[in-house]
Amino acid sequence: MMKTWQAGKRLLPMTAALGLILAGCGREDLSVLRPQGPAAESSFDLMKLSITIMIVVLLIVFSIAAYVLVRFRRKPDQREIPEQVEGSFKLEVLWTVIPLILVVVLAVPTVKAVFAAGNDHSNDKNAIKVKVTGHQYWWEFQYTDYGVTTAQDLVIPAGKDIAFELSTKDVLHSFWVPSLSGKMDTNPDGTTNRFSFSAPNEGVYRGKCAELCGPSHGFMEFKVKSVSEAEFEKWVKSMKSPAVLPEDPALAETFKSQCLTCHAVGDMPDLSSAPNLTGIGSRESVAGILLNDDTGVDGEPVLENLKTWLHDTPGVKPGNKMPDPKKDMGLSDEEIDGIAEFLAGYTLD
Amino acid sequence: MDWITTVDHKKIAILYLWAGGLFFGIGGLEAILIRIQLIKPMNTFLDAQTFNELITMHGTTMIFLGVMPVIFALMNAVIPLQIGARDVAFPFLNALGFWTFLFGGVLLNLSWIMGGAPDAGWTSYTPLSTIEYSGTHGVDFYTIGLQIAGLGTLIGGINFLATIITMRAPGMSFMRMPMFVWASFITSAIILFAFPAITVGLVLLTFDRILGANFFDTSAGGNSVLWQHIFWIFGHPEVYILILPAFGIISEVIPTFARKRLFGYSSMVFATILIAFLGFMVWAHHMFTTGLGPVANALFSVSTMLIAVPTGIKIFNWLFTMWGGQVRFTSPNLFAVGFIPTFTMGGVTGVMLASAPADFQFHDTYFVVAHFHYVIVGGLVLGLFAGLHYWWPKMFGRMLSETLGKWTFWTFIIGFHLTFFVQHFLGLMGMQRRVFTYLPNQQFDLLNLISTVGAGLMGVGMLIFLTNIFLTSRKPADAPDDPWEDGRTLEWAIPSPPPEYNFKQTPLVRGLDAFWKEKTSGHKTMTPAEPVGPIHMPSATILPFLMSVGIFIAGLGFMFSRDDFGNAFMGFMFNHYLVTAIGLVITFGSMLLRSLYDDHGWHIEPEELEGR
Ligand code: HEM
Ligand SMILES: [Cu+2]
Repeated sequence: MMKTWQAGKRLLPMTAALGLILAGCGREDLSVLRPQGPAAESSFDLMKLSITIMIVVLLIVFSIAAYVLVRFRRKPDQREIPEQVEGSFKLEVLWTVIPLILVVVLAVPTVKAVFAAGNDHSNDKNAIKVKVTGHQYWWEFQYTDYGVTTAQDLVIPAGKDIAFELSTKDVLHSFWVPSLSGKMDTNPDGTTNRFSFSAPNEGVYRGKCAELCGPSHGFMEFKVKSVSEAEFEKWVKSMKSPAVLPEDPALAETFKSQCLTCHAVGDMPDLSSAPNLTGIGSRESVAGILLNDDTGVDGEPVLENLKTWLHDTPGVKPGNKMPDPKKDMGLSDEEIDGIAEFLAGYTLD
Repeated sequence: MDWITTVDHKKIAILYLWAGGLFFGIGGLEAILIRIQLIKPMNTFLDAQTFNELITMHGTTMIFLGVMPVIFALMNAVIPLQIGARDVAFPFLNALGFWTFLFGGVLLNLSWIMGGAPDAGWTSYTPLSTIEYSGTHGVDFYTIGLQIAGLGTLIGGINFLATIITMRAPGMSFMRMPMFVWASFITSAIILFAFPAITVGLVLLTFDRILGANFFDTSAGGNSVLWQHIFWIFGHPEVYILILPAFGIISEVIPTFARKRLFGYSSMVFATILIAFLGFMVWAHHMFTTGLGPVANALFSVSTMLIAVPTGIKIFNWLFTMWGGQVRFTSPNLFAVGFIPTFTMGGVTGVMLASAPADFQFHDTYFVVAHFHYVIVGGLVLGLFAGLHYWWPKMFGRMLSETLGKWTFWTFIIGFHLTFFVQHFLGLMGMQRRVFTYLPNQQFDLLNLISTVGAGLMGVGMLIFLTNIFLTSRKPADAPDDPWEDGRTLEWAIPSPPPEYNFKQTPLVRGLDAFWKEKTSGHKTMTPAEPVGPIHMPSATILPFLMSVGIFIAGLGFMFSRDDFGNAFMGFMFNHYLVTAIGLVITFGSMLLRSLYDDHGWHIEPEELEGR
């Protein structure tokens, strides 16, 4: 035990240097190499350790290979036959034992981290419990203790442990926020998974589905929004306020009869066959992939995105299960634009 | 006709080679299309559904139909020669194995033109692969096509086991067998134990899809994670089925071109066996994120890391084989030498993946894509190239062009590293695998572009190789018996290409590297172990081909048994399983014929042998 630690310690300077180099790679809100929470950091530490060991191994193999290839090339005048060596017991033991030691150096912290990661917070009173359900191709988040359901944007208080319970309504998906934590599959009922992570720093993080789930698998994205505790409480409260409908009664009727058969808003009962739309004007994205950005750098303003979505659902997300408003529900362009405007204005205070 | 009825292992090797080449080409084209789609963010070159079909077929084709037959080609061409045998143990079965493999592969690829290719990934995880979420016949083509092709592989594996156990020349003890024969032997043993698992899995999935069973349906009491276990209990050993023959090839090529015997032969044998054994113990490392819990994850983590030990032994033994030798950079040896660092890089990322908490991040990202391509392409395909360039003169009697061989090597390996090295970083930066496109501004764009350019360069390398084959085939077949001059094993002691009966007289083996031993003690040929006498040969027969045609028809019939054809005759034929029955009658009829009609084969007489 002592020995392995010593070996690990000698690798430390290189680990640190590597860490610095790798930390330059990718976006802070997305990259595995720029961890923003303890769960991702624990994975990252193991990665640095293993990359260091592996680079050492590679350097040894590459240098022996280079030396051999240069030193022992056949020269044009060489005729004599080289000595036919059987092998060398000592050498062979050497390269059995050294890899074994390296494996132990990696295995010990691995096993520790495995058990640390298995330590879920589902019985922790201070943790926020969230039921995550994967659907083709959107994410549903139920806050069981608060009676709140939302979709696509997971809002969490910074620094608190979030205890997840993961399952799927259809095929397998995998819940992954690279900069906050490793991924976990959402399995059908009966094989529900639990795990937890926390996001100490406020900010928005990009989440992805990591298990092939159909044509729009690549578009099954979501956002994790880490906010202050006060802001979180405020968010919960406004999520629970009564449902809002369009002011124009005709439009309200269309919205109710066409959209609310699947979607829910405000305090309505949630049937979960489609994403909850409460406060959709305040979301980070429409459908998970049309990023709301008034500056137009990363996406379009939310109104534009809602129009894009409602005018061409199958085009935006191939194979998604929402009927096309125009073709399947018979809405006119004006009605669609009206509903888009209403939804864009449906914000949380 | 000659080719359809042949039972000669050397001709079957060539059949395997062409069939493998064909499927490899199809898989390669699919790969290029995939890379073109990913060249830039939000590309619309392919649609999402087509993309998923392409990745599924690319993976399935490459693993089952592309590289496996090329491995079998080399095993068929070389094993009997290296052990001093006149054929494999069961020549009839050998032909049957090839034809079932080919018809399985053809059936799978028919899906492109018969209404939808499989689209649930080469792993076909349930429930995505069930009829509810994959409604075309695509996955049926996958289950039934692979079932038929797998039958061929299993037959082939058993045949090699029997051949190696029973048909070695006098004096060739197990510890005198060439390393390639050892590797093939262990590979065949893995096939024997791993393929039944996928066979069962495919049957269960077929039943779920076609007969409405519920093995994998959670809502009806099944278990969807069960498929993952069955698949990987087969799937992980499968990757060793692929890589061990490459290890064998490298262990033949390097000693030849270093003019030295293999360093640490017995530890190589031991390491091979150990790898095979551990290969069966680590399947759940593909399932760390499935939620097996910390105990399982810890156990599978550590057992997976252990594979690094025997693999490391091999790498250092190869390096020390060259140490003190006289290394020649012929094209086969270039590939072998290129294999060592490339495969090592794939191996070390394997160890990284084995650390479960880190794999929570790596899993299902481009990091994994990079890892297994380093192993399969950087390891196996480089190994196959080495083997093909090395044994080509023995198989065809013609030397491939060295110049073109070197061009192939450099374009291929540079293209390879361009394509896959950057993918490690893509994965770490948050790009999942199996996505048909990605949003811009995630810093994925440049690396994906580089990757696609690299794939194009690999394609160029393949084209140069094909040109080499084409130009070579037009030259006269005049390769010497021992074209590399330093051949060590038995195959170099006989003409290139070998006569139908391989050895006029079975050779006497007096040590490891039998031919080299004779050469260094001043002999030009092997010492025979028997006088010249009549040689018994098996007869050519069309029955293996017919049996496979029957299975092929039965498979199609079963697959469409529930379809509504809107045509009374077709409906009648399919819905009453009549097509299936016809296929089975052909197959079993051929079997009956085979058992009723006693064929004793024929003999080549000594006069004829001397006359040549
Ligand atoms: C020797 C030949 C090898 C081949 C052909 C091979 C091939 C593969 C393939 C195809 C996958 C991807 C599975 C998928 O997600 O579809 C994979 C994953 C993996 N391989 Fe290997 N591999 C080899 C060696 C190794 C070695 C030596 C190790 C470890 C010492 C290893 C460890 C892993 C692990 C842990 C995964 C799972 C990664 C994940 O799914 O996240 N492999 N390998
Ligand atoms: Cu997905």
